[in-house]
Amino acid sequence: MTNSVTKPENGTVETAQAEQKSYLTPRVNIHEQKDGYVLHAEMPGVAKESIEILLDDDELTIIGHRKTAEVPGTALYRESTARDYRRVFALDPVIDTARIVAKIDQGLLTLELPKAEKVKPRKITVN
Amino acid sequence: MKLMRLQRPNLWNWNNTPQLSHLRDEISRLFEEPFGLLERQADFFNGWSPNLDLYEDKENLVARVELPGLKKEEIEVWLEAGALHVSGERKFEQKDDQAATHRLERFYGRFHRTVALPKPVDAEKIKAAYEDGVLTVTLPKTEEAKPRQIAVTGN
Repeated sequence: MTNSVTKPENGTVETAQAEQKSYLTPRVNIHEQKDGYVLHAEMPGVAKESIEILLDDDELTIIGHRKTAEVPGTALYRESTARDYRRVFALDPVIDTARIVAKIDQGLLTLELPKAEKVKPRKITVN
Repeated sequence: MKLMRLQRPNLWNWNNTPQLSHLRDEISRLFEEPFGLLERQADFFNGWSPNLDLYEDKENLVARVELPGLKKEEIEVWLEAGALHVSGERKFEQKDDQAATHRLERFYGRFHRTVALPKPVDAEKIKAAYEDGVLTVTLPKTEEAKPRQIAVTGN
């Protein structure tokens, strides 16, 4: 898969390599604004405590462990899977990784990735 | 002239390649449940069909629907002719018109899922809860539908 954004699942995260688990790829929206990027990732069944966000140089990995992996009884019909979520992104170098903010609400992970001050567009006035 | 160099080189390459990773998920699903992909094929190519599960234990039927990022007021749940219906709508909101979109994989619009219930349930006691983006509907079975232990007598 030659997609520079989403790296292959057996990426550089050591924990994932050791387990060779199969993950589900969360659906994402990514918007860019003047002062940063906003990333939304769908991870239904994942509680706040079960999210891992890993930063390694310019690589951002999001992992979500499902709370709903345990099922209430016998499955009569099933479309969901018990697999955890994982996705790796290559970050734009202008992102100030120290100021990344993450929150999750009803299974929707929101990451705010602000751009570093110096690369924000600036208006230069002519004297 | 150095000053005028390309201002934003190698911007994030959020290109719109086909969603191979999602196709791969569907293929893995095919191996997990051989007929799963066929049943869902229409949904996979056409639009939003949130994942629905139905479970059964001694007391209840339990339906679970994966609905990430909605508000609980946006979800409708009802029982009709022995089937459970779940519907709602996710509206597309563009917050900032200067924003550039690099990826848009989430579904928007209306959804409506229906599942026939294999046992009669007590409509008065149905409970629905929405937590961590998963709707769980608990439908208590009627007394007649519950398994009943019968003592074996003999000498």
